[in-house]
Parts: sequence; C-alpha cells; structure tokens
Amino acid sequence: MSPPQIELRGIERVFHLGDSAVHALRHVDLAIAPGEYVAVMGPSGSGKSTLLNLLGLLDRPDAGFYRLEGRDVTTLSAEEQARVRSERIGFVFQSFHLVARLTAAENIALPMMLAGVPAVERAGRIARALDDYGLADRADHRPDQLSGGQRQRVAIARATVMRPAVILADEPTGNLDRATGEEVIRLLEQLNRGGVTLIVVTHDPALGGRARRRLLMEDGALRHDSALEPVQCAPST
Amino acid sequence: MRALDLIRFARDAATGNPLRTFLSVLAVAIGVAAVVVLTALGDGARRYVVNEFSAIGSNLVIVLPGRSETGGFNPANAITGTPRDLTIDDARALLRSSAIRRLAPLAVGTSEINVGGKLREAMVAGTTAEFIEVRRLSLAQGRFLPDEDWSRGSAIAVIGAKIRDELFGPEPALGRLVRVGDRRFRIVGVMAASGQGLGMNNDELVIVPVAQAQAMFNSNTLFRILIEARSREAIPAAKAQATEILRLRHEGELDVTVITQDAVLATFDRLLGALTYGVAGIAAISLAVAGILVMNVMLVSVAQRTAEIGLLKALGATGRTIRLLFLTEAAMLSLAGAVAGFLLGHAGAALIRHLYPTFPAYPPAWAVLAGLATALATGLLFGVAPARRAAQLDPVLALSGR
Repeated sequence: MSPPQIELRGIERVFHLGDSAVHALRHVDLAIAPGEYVAVMGPSGSGKSTLLNLLGLLDRPDAGFYRLEGRDVTTLSAEEQARVRSERIGFVFQSFHLVARLTAAENIALPMMLAGVPAVERAGRIARALDDYGLADRADHRPDQLSGGQRQRVAIARATVMRPAVILADEPTGNLDRATGEEVIRLLEQLNRGGVTLIVVTHDPALGGRARRRLLMEDGALRHDSALEPVQCAPST
Repeated sequence: MRALDLIRFARDAATGNPLRTFLSVLAVAIGVAAVVVLTALGDGARRYVVNEFSAIGSNLVIVLPGRSETGGFNPANAITGTPRDLTIDDARALLRSSAIRRLAPLAVGTSEINVGGKLREAMVAGTTAEFIEVRRLSLAQGRFLPDEDWSRGSAIAVIGAKIRDELFGPEPALGRLVRVGDRRFRIVGVMAASGQGLGMNNDELVIVPVAQAQAMFNSNTLFRILIEARSREAIPAAKAQATEILRLRHEGELDVTVITQDAVLATFDRLLGALTYGVAGIAAISLAVAGILVMNVMLVSVAQRTAEIGLLKALGATGRTIRLLFLTEAAMLSLAGAVAGFLLGHAGAALIRHLYPTFPAYPPAWAVLAGLATALATGLLFGVAPARRAAQLDPVLALSGR
C-alpha cells in the first residue's frame, strides 16, 4: 500500500454554542491514499462538512494532527495554509460560489490570479479549461447567464485550473437536477481517473454508492469505513 | 497577487455596485471641492485686500515719533530718557531725500467745532498742501490748503463731508467762518466722502494748516509724517534715507519709527492668510467626514461580500491579499473622489471669478495639494478597519453565509 496522501490522527473539533459544547468531530482517524475516490456520507449534523473544511485547511482541529503529503499542516501559519490551499486543494461547493460580477473565464482565472500566475500563461490555461468543460462559447457569460450545470462546470474548472492533488466536493449535485448532476459527477470521476484524489461529501446514497470507498459519519465520529471491510464490496443502500 | 490584477479586481468590485461607489466618490469629491473653493475664497479675499490697499496709498512711508522697541530693553534709551519731538523742521529736512517725491506732516488732536451755536466734537488734522496728494483724496468743493510756509499757516480750514452735512445741511459751507477750539477759521474747501483711512475717518476731519493745529494744541510734535516715495522700487531707499536724516538731526539717536505701507500690507496678508488656513481646516473636516463615509461603505461592502471573501480564502487568498484588495478599493474610491473634487472645485472657483470678475478667487497650490493628500490619506486610513475585518473573516462561516 502506498503511503497515505492524507492522514488524520485523533482529530477533535468542538464548537461552543453559548454554554454548551458541540463535538463536531470526535477522535477521527483516517488515511487516504493518492488517487482514491472517497464518499463521506451521513445525516446532516454528523460532522461531514466539518471534516471536509478541515481537510481543506479552512478549519483547524482542536486536537490531533493532519498530515498532507507527509507534512504536518495543522501547525502551519495562516499564510502558509493559504498557499497549500492554492496549490494542492480544489473546492467544489453545492451552491457553486461563483463571483456574480465576473465572467465564466474570469471566475476560472481567480485561483491563478490569486497565486500570481502571469496573465499570458493564465490565458492559455483558461482557454484549455473552457474547452475541456465544454464552456468555450460561454467564456464571457456571467453566472446569471449560465444554467446550473454550466455554473458547476465553471466551478469545477476553477477548482482544477491550479492542478490540485485533492478535490473536495461538498454536495456537488445538491442544487442540480438528476441529469445535470450525473453529468457533473462524471466530470469529477473523470478527474479522479486522471489521478486526482476525490473526496465527495453527500447524503445521496446513489451518489455515495459510486465511490470506491465510503465513509459513514454519525455524531462526529466515523461509524463505518468500507476500506476496512474488504469482504463487503456491494454498495450499501 | 500581481499589482495589475489587484487593481483590476478592486476596480471591478467597485463598479460592481455603482450606486454605493458613486455615493462615496461624491462624498470625497464634495470634501475636496470644499477645500478648493473655500481656500479660493479665502485667498481671493487676501489678494483682493492687498490689491485694493496698494491702489489707494501706494508707495507710502510713514514716520512716527518714538522708537517701537522690538529688540527688548535697550540701555541707551534708559540713559537718554524721553524721545525728542518730531517737528515740522524734521519734516522739511526730509524733502532733501532723493527717493521722496512729496510728504505731508500731520498733527492731530480733537477739538470742538462751532458754527452759529451748533457744536460738534471733531478730529482736527494739521497738515500741508501736499496731504491731499499723498493720501490720494479728492475735494468735493472749493480748494485745499494753499502751498505756504509750513511754520505760519493762515486761518483757513477744509472740512470732511460728514461735518459739512451735519453743521451746514443744505446751506453753502464755503467761505463761512467757524470756531475750532479758541480759533476762528474760514472754510475754503470740502472733502469728497471717502471713508476710513489710517485709523481716522476722513469724512469727520477738520483739516487746518499744521502750524495752526500745533498752536491750537500747544504742542511742537507731529503725530506722523506721511511720505510718498518716488516709486514702488524707491520705498526701501525712502525709508532708509528718512531714517538716516532723522537720526542725524536727532544727534545720532534713532528715536523715530519708520514704517512702510508694505509692513501694513504684510500684516493684512498674514491675517487673511491665517483666515485661509482656517477655512481650509474647516473644509478638511468635511474631508474627514467623507473618509468616515468611505469606511462605512467599505464595511457594508465587506458585509455584502462575505461569501466572496470566504471563496477567495478557499481558493488560496492569504489574509494579506484580502486586506490589499479592500485597501485598494478604498484608495480607488478616494482617488476618484479626489480627482472629481479637484475638477469640481476648480470649476466652482472659475464660476466665482466669472460672476465677480474683480475677485481673484484662485485656490492656493498648497491647499489643493493638501486637500488631495488628505482625501487619499483619510480614504486609506478609514479603509484599514474594513480591510482588516475582511481579512479576519472565518472562511467556513463566510462560505456558509452565516
């Protein structure tokens, strides 16, 4: 087995709401190898989004450590974490999170712009991304001029344009009808086949069932990990 | 993030909400325009007064008795005691100076003027024929004092316009005999109304020959000697020569003060200059208010764009980048406002000049620069807080829209 790309050990995350403390994550241990396709499932409030934010370095654990590609990223400064996000991680959100005033091409360019990629190089990569995701004729459209599927394709193009090692998708099909959702998930799976680690958070069993590895979360803890039960290969319902 | 991208992104963010941007630009513009217009008014007033002053008593040098000590206690004065009088002979001696065109000695006192039972307090000025030329006054009726021996003087008087009106009303005044103090004078002329000058109201003046006035007040000294230099360039020479002549006449002791119109003007210049600074300060307050408005607008902008800020962070933007983005936007708003205000202010000043062509309403360069600099500085200063707030947003909360 190859060394894990993502390694979580004893992760705890506690939110304080007034006087009460909510354990969003309880002692989570997890190892994910490069190129894996993982679905994180569970009821709402089970901590799957918190886990995803943590993996994406948008949140810090209260205890435990997180090693990304062999490097302990929990101790990095905020600026260093931003750099890791920029170079290694791509996000796909349920509500797309496109900047309304920017065109499709400009939205795709955002991560490169923030990373300081020169404009000349950006232009080439944007053109390729637009081609790859069938958006070539939509480059100058603003998000409100695009369909839901097109918007999510722009978001995926944006998530991949920096060629990240990991893509984190939070309910990527949640705001789409079944057909376009299918189309979007196929795009993500295609990226995964290209070697990118894909982690999808969903409460849709059909979507979760497509993943090679399924994690089930409940009350902030990992209840079930399909990788640890090699016998049962059939998708759970 | 590259500077060009930073500027373009901030520009798009600003133009993305035109009304908000327009309002804050307008606020800054009004502030800068206020600085430009108000200082144009203040400085215009200064120039106007200076111009008017140089028009009336130009090339004027004034000698007054006594030394106005500005250098502290002088032991020489303590030994020599009281200063000498400034006499008619002193005035006559000054005529030797090549830089002096003409001069008029002036002895002043108050007395009662009496015409057929009508009594009035009046200021009596004893002087010579040249007075009317030196002071650039004009006659309404009759003639001025004749050019005669300064030490004798005939019993004639020229009265101011107001004195004439009050004592004679519609009756003719010329040729009438009046009593001033214990002396009788025949009125030979009436001055045209001119108003205030040199601390006296010319319209309430009774002008008599200088020797008559000195006899009336039983005094040898003069109140002033008014000197007109040959030209503006000759003023320093006239001042120096007058000082030297009087010093020699007073046995080497400098016991008179010689001031020039320029010195008086300089005082006015300073006063109105201070006034200009004052209004500039008031206008600067409006700029500070504009700065607060920019801060408000930026805070609203941060609140409205929480999701976008969260996204930028998720896409790898550092806190520093976010801060820079918002600071750049605030700077842009201020800069646009400053430029618009600059143009607006100059247009306003031009309008004032157009409406009042004699009023030189030009804003001083320092005020324009200070206004622009203050606009930019306040914009940046008040942009810091919103930018910091944006940079410190928790990306998870920002993205979830909570």
